[in-house]
Amino acid sequence: MTEVVATNQTILVVGGGISGMTAALEAAECGKQVILLEKNPSLGGRVSQLYKYFPKLCMPTCGMEINLRRIKANPNVRVLTLAEVTQVSGTTGNYQVKVKLSPRYVNSNCTACGACADAVTAEFPNEYNYGLNNRKGAYLPFFMAYPQRYVLDPKIIGTADADKAQAACHCGAIDLDMQTEEMDLQIGSIIWATGWQPFDADKIQPYGHDRFANVITSVEMERMMDPMGPTGGRLVRPSDGQEAKNVAFIQCAGSRDRNYLKHCSRICCMATLKQTTYLREQFGDAGRATVYYIDIRAIDRFENFYQKVMKDDNIKFIKSKVANVIENKENNNPILRGVNTEGYHRYADEYDLVVLAVGMQPSVDFKSLGIDIVVNDNGFIEQNPHNGGMFAAGCASDALDVNRAVQNATASSLRAIQVINQVAGAEG
Amino acid sequence: MSNTAKYRNDFLKEVEANVEEGEWVKMCMQCGVCAGSCPLGNAWEHTPQKIFMMIRAGKRDEVLSSDAMWMCTSCYNCIVRCPREVPITHIMHGLAHYAKRLGLVPANQPTAKFAQLFWNNLSKRGRINELTLGLGLYFMNGFVEGIKTSIKMQSLGLNMIKTGRMNVMEIFGGHSVKDTSGFHAMLQKAEEIEATRIK
Ligand SMILES: Cc1cc2nc3c(=O)[nH]c(=O)nc-3n(C[C@H](O)[C@H](O)[C@H](O)COP(=O)(O)OP(=O)(O)OC[C@H]3O[C@@H](n4cnc5c(N)ncnc54)[C@H](O)[C@@H]3O)c2cc1C
Repeated sequence: MTEVVATNQTILVVGGGISGMTAALEAAECGKQVILLEKNPSLGGRVSQLYKYFPKLCMPTCGMEINLRRIKANPNVRVLTLAEVTQVSGTTGNYQVKVKLSPRYVNSNCTACGACADAVTAEFPNEYNYGLNNRKGAYLPFFMAYPQRYVLDPKIIGTADADKAQAACHCGAIDLDMQTEEMDLQIGSIIWATGWQPFDADKIQPYGHDRFANVITSVEMERMMDPMGPTGGRLVRPSDGQEAKNVAFIQCAGSRDRNYLKHCSRICCMATLKQTTYLREQFGDAGRATVYYIDIRAIDRFENFYQKVMKDDNIKFIKSKVANVIENKENNNPILRGVNTEGYHRYADEYDLVVLAVGMQPSVDFKSLGIDIVVNDNGFIEQNPHNGGMFAAGCASDALDVNRAVQNATASSLRAIQVINQVAGAEG
Repeated sequence: MSNTAKYRNDFLKEVEANVEEGEWVKMCMQCGVCAGSCPLGNAWEHTPQKIFMMIRAGKRDEVLSSDAMWMCTSCYNCIVRCPREVPITHIMHGLAHYAKRLGLVPANQPTAKFAQLFWNNLSKRGRINELTLGLGLYFMNGFVEGIKTSIKMQSLGLNMIKTGRMNVMEIFGGHSVKDTSGFHAMLQKAEEIEATRIK
C-alpha cells in the first residue's frame, strides 16, 4: 500500500506539468506540505514534448532539470504518478479528496536499465510522440522521465510479455501483483494544474489531417524535431520519409472558429514563428516556410520575434484562412486552396508538408468530473470566490505560454498558502 | 464636409436595414474562407468576402449591380466553413432581392431572368407548371435558340411525360392550389408587409 500523510494543512496540486511543478515547489519551499498528483507515469507535462522554447529557443530540458532537482531536494513535496482525482467534497480548508492510483507494475528497485523493454515484444502507439511511432509494452516514458522508472503497459499484464519482463529484471523491480489503489485524502487547498490538450485536428474536415499523410499538427512537428523523437530529429514527410523542406503552416486550425474552438489560444502564432526557424536550422537556405494566417498575434514582447522572422526572405506570410487542402495523388504533396485577402488572388499552392497550428483546450472537463468549480465558456477555470480553496494554475486557467503559466502558478500557490495559513491560525 | 465624411458607412447601414441578415455583414473578419470555398468562386467578379468589404467601403453601385449574388448556387459551403457563422448564402440572396427591388440587376443576367420566369409561373396558380416553365426557359433567349434547345431536350421531355412528371395538357393552364384567390391574397399581404419593412 502507498502511504501518504495528508491533513487539512496540506496543499494538493493536481497535474505535474511545468505549472503544477512550479505551484508545488513554491508552496513547499515556503514550508508547506504538498502532494503533487500526475496522471501520467512521469512528471513533465506537455513542455517535455517540445523541442525548443520560444522566445529564446533554448531547450525545455534545462528548466525541467532545475525543477526536478528542486523536487528531489525538498522533503515537503510528495509526488504520486499514475494518480487521478476521482471525487472532491467538503469546503475550503477541509476537503475530502478521493484519488485513484493505477499500478505501474514496477517498484522503486528499478534502476532504469531497460532489460525489461529489451525482453518484451508487443508494441503500442507511443502517446508521448502523439502516436507517430510505437513503444514497447515495458517502457520509460521519455529519457528525462521522473521518477526514472520503467512502466508496464496494463495491456501486457497476463500475457507472456509480462513474464518475460519479470524474468529479465535483475533487481526484483517488477511486481505483477500490483493493484489499483483508492486513497482518501484530507486536504486544505487544491490547485488544479491539469493543463491543456491539443484540439483534435481530425475534426477540421477540410484540412484532411485524417486523410493525408503529409498534413501534420504543430505538436507532432515538435516531436519530429526532437533528436530522441520518432524521426531522430529529422523533419520528414510521413508519406515517404523524404525531407520536408518547403512547409506551409495553417494558423487558427480549429481556433477562433465557432464550428470548433471559439477562443484564440494566443501561443499558436508564436509556436509557428518558432517552427519556421526549425526549417532554417535544419535545411539552411533550402528551408522554406509559408504561413497562412488571419492575423498574427505575437503578443507584447514577442513582437520582436515576429519582426525577426519577417526579415527572413525564405519565410513568407499569406493573409488568408485556407479554405481546404487536397492531395496531389502522384507525389502525396498537400495542395492548399483559398483566396489571399491582400489582393483577393486565388491560389492553389503545393508543399512538401503542411503543419496545422492547432489550439489548446482544457485537458479536463471539470463539469463531467463533478468538480464544483467555475469554468468559462471554453472550459478553463475562472478565478471566482465560489471556488473557495480551489485555484487554477497555468493552462488549466487559460491558454498560456510557459512564462505566463509559471507566473500564474506562483500566484495560485500564494493563494493556497493563504488558505493554509488561515487553517493553521484557526487551529492555533 | 468633414474629413471623415467619406468614411461614413451609409451603405452598410442601408444593407443592415434592408437586406435579409444584413446586420451580419459587419461580423466578417475577411479571413477569405468563403471565397476559397465557393465552387464557382473563380467564375464571378466578386466573392462574398469581396462583396462584404465593398459594402463596408460604401461601394453601393458596384455591389448592387454586381452579378455575384446571382451566381450563388446555394451550396452552403461558405456558411458551413465560416468561422463566425455568418449566414453568407442568405445575405447573398438578400442582396439579390434588394437589388431587384431597386431595379439594379444587370441586364440579361440569366439567373435573374429565370428567377422572374419562375416567380411569374408560380404566382399565377400556386403551383409550378413544368411545361410552360420549361418552354419559357428554352425560349428565354429567342425563338431560334428555343427551337434548338427544345430539340436537344426532346428525350428529357418525353421521359418526364412518361413518368408522370409533366402533362402536355398543362399548356391549357395547368393545375393549381385549391384556393387560388386565398393564395393571391396571401401573396399580396406578404408584399405589403415587405413594403413597410424595406424602404
Ligand atoms: C505547438 C505548441 C508549441 C508550444 N511552444 C511553446 C514555446 O516554445 N514556449 C512556450 O513558452 N510555450 C509553448 N507552448 C505552450 C506550453 O506548452 C504551455 O504553456 C505549457 O505546456 C503549460 O504547462 P501546464 O503545466 O500548465 O500544462 P501541461 O503541460 O498540459 O501539464 C498538465 C499536466 O497535468 C496532467 N494532468 C492532466 N489531467 C490530469 C488529471 N486529471 N489528474 C492528474 N494529472 C493530470 C497532465 O498529464 C500534464 O502532465 C506551446 C504550445 C503548443 C501547442
